[in-house]
Amino acid sequence: MDLILFLIFGLIALVCAINVVLQTHPISSAVSLIGVMGSLAILYLLLGAEFIAAAQVIVYAGAVMVLFVFVIMLLNAGKEVHKGRSFMVQLLGVPLLIALLGLLAFLARHMYQPETMVHFGGFQGGSAQAVGHALFTTYLLPFEVTSILILIAIIGAVVLARKELD
Amino acid sequence: MDSFIIISLIKTFVVFAVLMTTLAYLQWVERKVIAHIQVRPGPYRVGPHGLLQPLADVIKLITKEDLIPPHVSKPLYLAAPFLAITMSLLSISVIPFGPEITVAGHTTWMQLTDLNIGVLFVLAVSSMGVYGIALAGWSSNNKYSLLGGLRSSAQMISYELPLSLAIAAPLLLSNTLSLRELVQKQSGSILHWNLLAMPFPQVISFIIFLIAAFAETNRVPFDLPEAENELVAGFHVEYSSMKFASFFMAEYANMITVSCMAVLLFLGGWTAPWPAEYGSGFVPVVIFAVAGVIALYHGLNAERQRDKYTLPVFGLVFLIVAAVFLLPMVQSWLLPLFWFCAKTGTILFTFMWVRGTLPRFRYDQLMSFTWKFLFPVAMANLLITSLAVALVS
Repeated sequence: MDLILFLIFGLIALVCAINVVLQTHPISSAVSLIGVMGSLAILYLLLGAEFIAAAQVIVYAGAVMVLFVFVIMLLNAGKEVHKGRSFMVQLLGVPLLIALLGLLAFLARHMYQPETMVHFGGFQGGSAQAVGHALFTTYLLPFEVTSILILIAIIGAVVLARKELD
Repeated sequence: MDSFIIISLIKTFVVFAVLMTTLAYLQWVERKVIAHIQVRPGPYRVGPHGLLQPLADVIKLITKEDLIPPHVSKPLYLAAPFLAITMSLLSISVIPFGPEITVAGHTTWMQLTDLNIGVLFVLAVSSMGVYGIALAGWSSNNKYSLLGGLRSSAQMISYELPLSLAIAAPLLLSNTLSLRELVQKQSGSILHWNLLAMPFPQVISFIIFLIAAFAETNRVPFDLPEAENELVAGFHVEYSSMKFASFFMAEYANMITVSCMAVLLFLGGWTAPWPAEYGSGFVPVVIFAVAGVIALYHGLNAERQRDKYTLPVFGLVFLIVAAVFLLPMVQSWLLPLFWFCAKTGTILFTFMWVRGTLPRFRYDQLMSFTWKFLFPVAMANLLITSLAVALVS
């Protein structure tokens, strides 16, 4: 049952991700990206990390993508214009992609031993209590540094959006 | 395993049927409440006291011409009301209506499913509900819809921040994310409800939650995105018939969801204000009996011709309901359900009361209110609550 769900939602994530690149209108790409975020949340759930799945939906699908969609609507970006591609690119594109994917699959197969393969539901640190505990003990320094990083981003946004004082 | 599936199916069917009926009749209640605030009778002719008005509205909306304007972008136009109504109906699946009950030998909780991240699930689903409105505004290919959709999505994501902070504070007191355990930890008396619980009564959180809930559901005084006289009805101006109806159903379902969340987080869910040994089981009996007597009195001295027939009937119905609450065999599940519905109903009445009373905010006033006032206050409240909890434990 877990395997079937993984295959279905992995396939949906893959198809939506390819659709992000293939669509011509930015809004359709953004909506496909929302599909990717949602499928990733389901994959987190299958692993047993329920807090991270909920955080993925709240933060990524519910806030970051809303901002993307918002900006696309405000800027009124139109459909992409297809300029022709050169013959070399058309000839080598798909074979190079297949070669890259094959290389990645080979490396993944040989770097990770079968014992470290995914067990559905086997992740112990997925509850809110475990994540909170890890954030404030083991990962305290990255947590604080990330908050300073976000503060820098906020200040940058405020400076960029400020009207010039004449 | 079989009985679990069958019980879940029966529960789903019951909850869905009750929810759909409540949605339709919530609109009736709203029209009556606003009408009486404005000193007029409201829907009165379609059935006794307008009770068949929602049925008439449903028939009207279904049989209207379902028009898809030629200039809209079809996939998003058709997907937007679907997204809106799906996300708003999804949150009801984790709300507990009562304790564990035993029906025909099977014990089950009065809740469709209990997730151990129940609060986060409701937050996640409500933040996905923004897409229904944003995509509706965009795909309608219309200046007014686009403005309404953009304003509404900006308002909804801005008010999600104080909402989440106001939710986080009582969670510090209850120390759980599961909605069932949240209610169980507030059982006892009114002093155990998160609104009045030591170490820090969550009164400020409750007020911030209610204000942010008004903004999340696009209700007055924050309903500029769908104002009829400002934006030609905003983001749903190009929608007709069932798609328009689904936006309205989504708004009322969102109202019910945030009211249920307020009750579960702050007002103790389905627990009674004082324990049953001291007679809290008689409160519904008294309320319904008094309502029945008043209805009978007004029915016998009626001014309008129709009230002579309808009001005494309602009086008798209320007295029968009061008698039902005295039966011991239904008290185990009917009393918690009564308390839950009474508290949710009070908050829903507050929604309608505010709609009939307050004018609406201008859009820049609305946004500066959340970013400059609500968000810092919610943050300060969270800090004080966590300080209080840390000092006590």
